[in-house]
Amino acid sequence: MAVSPTDPAVYCRAVTKSYVSGPTKVMALQGVDLEVRLGELLMLVGPSGCGKTTLISVVAGILDHDEGECLVFQEDLRAMGRNSKTLFRGQNVGFVFQAFNLLPTLTALENVSIPLLLLGLKKTEALSQAREMLERVGLADRLQSLPAQLSGGQAQRVAIARALVHRPRLIVCDEPTSALDAGTGQKVLEVFRGTALAEDRALIIVTHDNRIFNFADRIARMEDGRIVAVESQVAH
Amino acid sequence: MLIGDRGKYLGIIMGLTFASLLITQQSSIFTGLMTRTYGAISDLAQPDIWVMDPKVQFIDDIKPLQDTELFRIRSVPGVAWAVPLYKGLLKARLEDGNYQICNVLGLDDTTLIGGPPVMLAGSLSDLRRQDAIIVNDVGASTRLAKPSRVPGGRPVPLQIGDTLEINDHRAVVVGICRVSRTFQSQPVVYTTYSRATTFAPRERKLLSFVLVKAQPGLDPQTLTRRIREQTGLAAHTAQEFKDLTYDYFMKYTGIPINFGIAVGLGFIIGTAIAGQTFYNFTLENIRYFGTLKAMGATNGILLRMILLQALLVGSLGYGLGVGAASLFGYLLGGTELSFRLTRELLVFAGSAIGLIIILSALISIRKVMTLEPAIVFKG
Repeated sequence: MAVSPTDPAVYCRAVTKSYVSGPTKVMALQGVDLEVRLGELLMLVGPSGCGKTTLISVVAGILDHDEGECLVFQEDLRAMGRNSKTLFRGQNVGFVFQAFNLLPTLTALENVSIPLLLLGLKKTEALSQAREMLERVGLADRLQSLPAQLSGGQAQRVAIARALVHRPRLIVCDEPTSALDAGTGQKVLEVFRGTALAEDRALIIVTHDNRIFNFADRIARMEDGRIVAVESQVAH
Repeated sequence: MLIGDRGKYLGIIMGLTFASLLITQQSSIFTGLMTRTYGAISDLAQPDIWVMDPKVQFIDDIKPLQDTELFRIRSVPGVAWAVPLYKGLLKARLEDGNYQICNVLGLDDTTLIGGPPVMLAGSLSDLRRQDAIIVNDVGASTRLAKPSRVPGGRPVPLQIGDTLEINDHRAVVVGICRVSRTFQSQPVVYTTYSRATTFAPRERKLLSFVLVKAQPGLDPQTLTRRIREQTGLAAHTAQEFKDLTYDYFMKYTGIPINFGIAVGLGFIIGTAIAGQTFYNFTLENIRYFGTLKAMGATNGILLRMILLQALLVGSLGYGLGVGAASLFGYLLGGTELSFRLTRELLVFAGSAIGLIIILSALISIRKVMTLEPAIVFKG
């Protein structure tokens, strides 16, 4: 579906999600309202267990919410079939994980080429684009390195390259700096702002790391499954 | 992904190799053993038809006929020739005074039809000499061998010119032959029909089988029917008699069960090792399967990934196992071991390994298919 520049990338209203844990029902999201705009880096912060990860899982289309409305680029993911949703994620969503989740037996170059291969590109074309992306994140000299041969910062940059290589319109990151030292964390965020952020793209970063808050355009604070405050940051 | 995990990769291949080896080797020994059950029929290539008492169930189940039956059979239209065959277990006294049971075959005196397929020393026609017998090479060098002249030395194989006593009758070795290994381990002794009946204890009936050749152009099946109808005896083509013998051993002996257990054990162990290792591998890598799912990999892609990995380890395990079984058969080729690896057995072992990897992969496939990609954000 075509999205106008004024439309929000993500639009959530009264979103709820509950889990059943043994005899108890846990309300992870209790009526979340949230909008994420194109060209914006939004950080989602809050204490552990407040529902941040559940919210980005819903927004990224890997978890269905119970009630409320959640549109991503004007698409209601909950209404989509399993395969359509998988295809939507493959085309529109990039993921960056706390533990990088790079396939340990593949080189950096091969890891970055995965999203393109999943979209059906030929291997040579996928590797060429992956090489280009790794050069953009400053890893031209580590193309053939296995994840185990990379430092934490380098591994996270490979993960960022993998999240960006297929030009998704939404990137969700779960604690991307928590496994990194302060300096490396700052550099990773610089890569995010320099490489990932664009007018037609939105970034959502879940983090506890207040050292990187200054990279956000807005910070949404969550508590007990609700957004309790949204603060705008000084323009970058 | 699996290849990168050397321990598990080799573990699965080892498990499948072991299963493939056990299944192929035991099946080959079983087939070899069962082939031996009708080895004596295979050696007699000339006759089209075997005629016998209707109650005979297999080649060693001798129920003698009257000699006059031979003439009745010869009178059946379509019979080109019919010759008698004596087959029986007789006691031979060796030079050192020991006794040894021998499988004695008495051939038609005139034609010597039914003689050994390969003569190693002497000639078949030497059986026409007085008291002549031909002994098979394995029997001559083992059970019928003469004691060493030197204390503790190796026994001396029986040679042309040596004598034995068969049921108190003098027998002179005039030839050494090679025969197919049979289910019985006794030495095989060939002589003429008339001499064999002299060796044998006195009985009213001594004719074990009548070997028949159909006239040119006549279907042996038609002739067997005719012989049955006109004589009331059982008549089988060589292949039918082999099948009858094979079926008897399959039905009335524990051989299929014993080998079946060994093959089944190989299958179960292979499935257990491969299945468990494969599943552990999947569990340890579930985060990566989740990541791939989150990034847009469909269940179909992940299914192909798992099956490809299963196919790879299955092919390697199958090849190594079959190779090891072949080597085993090759190295023990000249021994008493019965080993017959046929194309059908290769297909059988391949199918068994295929089934093992499918079963092993199924558990993993189920886990991955039902995996929620949201797992990627959990710890």
